[in-house]
Amino acid sequence: MTEPKTEPSTASKSASTTESKTSSTRIPAANGAAIRTEQLTRHYHLGASVIRAVDGITLDVRAGEFLAFLGASGSGKSSLLNLLAGLDHPTSGAVFVLGRELGRMTSLELSRHRNQTIGIVFQSFNLLPRMTVMENVELPLRLAEVPRASRPARVKEALERVGLGERLAHRPGELSGGEQQRVAIARAMVNRPRILLADEPTGNLDSNTGEDILRLISGINRPPLITSDGVEPTTVLMVTHERALAEHYAGRIVTLADGRIERIEQR
Amino acid sequence: MKIGDLTELATQNLREALLRNSLTTLGIAVGVASLVAMLSLGVGLQDLINRRLERNGLFDTVLVRPRTSFNATGQIRRNRDFGPDRTNARTNGRTDGRGQDDRNQDNARRDPADSDIVSRPLDRDARRQLAQLPHVLEVYPEFRFTGDLRFGPAGHLTQVTSLPMSASASDGLEGMQGRFFSAPEAHEIILQADAAADLADSQRLLAADMLGKDLVLRYAGREPLPATSPNSRARDRAANADDAAFGFSIISSRISLRVVGIVDAETVASGANAFGRSGAYVPLAVAEELGVVQGNDMGEVVRESALGGNGQHYTNLTVRVERPADVPAVEDSVRQMGYAPFSLLDLTRNLRRLFAILDLLLGIFGSLALAVASLGIINTLVMAILERRREIGVLKALGASDKDVRQLFFAEAGVMGLLGGAGGVALGWAIGRLIQLGTNYYLRQQQIPPENIWTVPVWLVASAIVFSLAVSLAAGLYPASRAARLDPVEALRYE
Repeated sequence: MTEPKTEPSTASKSASTTESKTSSTRIPAANGAAIRTEQLTRHYHLGASVIRAVDGITLDVRAGEFLAFLGASGSGKSSLLNLLAGLDHPTSGAVFVLGRELGRMTSLELSRHRNQTIGIVFQSFNLLPRMTVMENVELPLRLAEVPRASRPARVKEALERVGLGERLAHRPGELSGGEQQRVAIARAMVNRPRILLADEPTGNLDSNTGEDILRLISGINRPPLITSDGVEPTTVLMVTHERALAEHYAGRIVTLADGRIERIEQR
Repeated sequence: MKIGDLTELATQNLREALLRNSLTTLGIAVGVASLVAMLSLGVGLQDLINRRLERNGLFDTVLVRPRTSFNATGQIRRNRDFGPDRTNARTNGRTDGRGQDDRNQDNARRDPADSDIVSRPLDRDARRQLAQLPHVLEVYPEFRFTGDLRFGPAGHLTQVTSLPMSASASDGLEGMQGRFFSAPEAHEIILQADAAADLADSQRLLAADMLGKDLVLRYAGREPLPATSPNSRARDRAANADDAAFGFSIISSRISLRVVGIVDAETVASGANAFGRSGAYVPLAVAEELGVVQGNDMGEVVRESALGGNGQHYTNLTVRVERPADVPAVEDSVRQMGYAPFSLLDLTRNLRRLFAILDLLLGIFGSLALAVASLGIINTLVMAILERRREIGVLKALGASDKDVRQLFFAEAGVMGLLGGAGGVALGWAIGRLIQLGTNYYLRQQQIPPENIWTVPVWLVASAIVFSLAVSLAAGLYPASRAARLDPVEALRYE
C-alpha cells in the first residue's frame, strides 16, 4: 500500500484533485494547523489476524477548515476520528492537536482535551435519556467545573444557536431525531471548543433533517466563535458516507479505504 | 467534577433504577438496623447495671483505710519499713540519723514508686486533706455500733449505722416509708422494717405506725478519763514517755430519736463498705456527736498512748467522688498520701471487660448483616456499569476523567450508604423501642418495675451512619474502579 502525498500547503491549494498514492513522508508542522497526524496507525488483534483500522495516515487540517472523511464501512473513518478525539490510543504514529501531541498527554490532560478543545457529535446522538435537554447540555460544563451560576446562560446560548432555546425542560425522548442531534451539537459546542468532530451526524436522520443539521454545522464552522483566545473559527472534521452532503458543505474531502487515505479532494 | 455536581448526578442515577436501588438501600438499612438494635441493647444493659451500681454508691466511692504499719510517732515513715525503725522508736522515741540511713538503704532495694509512699494515721487532718483532693465530693467516716432501741417497755438490740445526707439519693432507700433525715444534725432515726415491726408489735401497732414516734437509743459511749482518776495516776507511774497511757471510760449512754423512715429488710448501702445489715440508721453528724465505742477503740487506746492522744482516729473513711471515672485518680492520690484505698471499681473491671466483649460480639453479629448488604451494593453497581456502559463512554467522550467516573460511582455507593445508614438507625431505634416495650410489658406482668434496657447514644447513631458509609464506599471500590477503567471506544460501541 502507498500513502497519498498530503502536504497541507499543496493539498489545500489543489482543489478537487485526486492525489496520487505516494510513499509516506514526514510532514513538518504547518502554520495554522489545527490537527496533524504523522504515520498514524491503529491495529486491532482479532485472534491470529490483525485488523488495520488506521494504517499510516499522515494529514494536516488547517484551523477553521471543514473536512469530511468519506469511505465505505470499515474504511477506518470512525477509528481515525476516535484517535483525533483522544478516545483511543494509536498503535504507532502521532496526533498533534493545536500543536500538542496527544500521545504525550496524561489521562487527565486527555480528558481536558476532550472537554475543552474538542466537541464530539455522534451518529446516535448519545444524549442521556433521564436528563432534560438543559441537563444534557450542561454536562460538559459540570465536568469543566464551570461555576453553577454561569451555566444556565451558557446552556441557553448554546441551545439558542441550534434553535432549541425553548426546549430546555424536555427530555430527549420527547424530541425528534433532528432535534436530538441539535441538542447533541449544542452539548458539543457549549464549552466553546475550537474543533468539532462529527461522526456520521446525519446517519440516523432523513435527508431533509440531515441537510438542516449540516447547515447548522456549516454555520458553526463559518462564523467565528468568540473564544478565550480571541476570535477563531471552529475547525470541523466530519465522518460521513453521503458524498453529496460532503461535497456541498466540506472544504476538503478525504476518502479512506482500508485504513489509508485513498484520495484528497479540495472543494 | 465538584462534589455538589457529583452528588446531584449520583442521586439522579439512583432515581433511574429506583426499585433496585431502593431494595439495595433497604438491605443496608436492615444491616445497620440490626447493628444499632444489638449495640443499643448491649449499651442499654451496661448502662442499666452501671446506673444501679452507681446509685448504690458502689462505683463512685473509695474506701480509705490506714496502712497496716505506720510510724507510731506520727512522723513520716516508709511503708513496710518496720524492723529497724521500730527498734529506734522504742529506744529513742524519735527517728535518728542512723535509722534514716537504714531506710535509705532499704529503699534502694525496693520498688522506687512504692518507696515514696508513706504511711500515716487516718485522723481528722487526713479527712480534711482527702476532702481537698480534686473531684472529691465528700469524705465521711462510718459509725457502726450495737445499740438498744427502746420503745416503751420493749427493746430491740440491733446494729446501728450512720448515714451521710448524700445517702438520700441511694437506691437502697427505694421504697422507704416516710422520709429521709430532715437535717444533718436532726435527732431522727430510720428503722429497718424488721426492727420497726418488732418494736411496734410490743405496743400492738403496725410497723408503719412507728413513723413519727419517739424512741430511745441506748449505746456504749466513750467518756475521757478525768485528770485525777486512778488510771491517770497509773499512767504517771509508767514514767516512760513512750508508754504514756491514754484511755476512756465506757458508760451507758442514751439519746432520744424520732422515727422518720422505715426501709425494707434489704441492705441499705451507704458506701463501699456498707454491706452488713443494720436495724437502724442515724444521721452521720449525730453519730459523730454520740462518741460511741467503736470496734477499733482498743487499738486506738494503744496507739493514742504513743501519739499523745491528739484526736480521733478513724477505722476507715469513705471518699465519694464526682464520677466513677475519677476513682482511679483519687485512689492514686490516696495511695500517695500514705493510705490504703479500695474501690469496687477494681472488682468490677472484669464485669466491664465482659460487657466490652458482649458489645463486640453484638457488633460483629450486627455487622454481618451489613456485610451481606454490602454485597448488594456491589451487585447493584456492577449491574449499573453494565447497563450504563454507553453512558460511561459518553461521559468520557465529553471530558470525564477516570477519576470523575470513579467518583461518580463512589458517590452513588456513598448516597446509598448514607440513606441506608440513616434509615437503618431509624429502623434500629424502632426495633429497640419494640424490644423495650415488650420487655417492660413482661416485667409488669411479673410485678417487676419497668427498666430502661435499651439506649441509643449519639455516638452510636453517628458511628452507625459513618460505618454504613464506610462499608458502602468499600463496596463501591471495585465497581467504581471497573467503571473508571472502561475503554470509552468500547463503551460507546455498546448497545
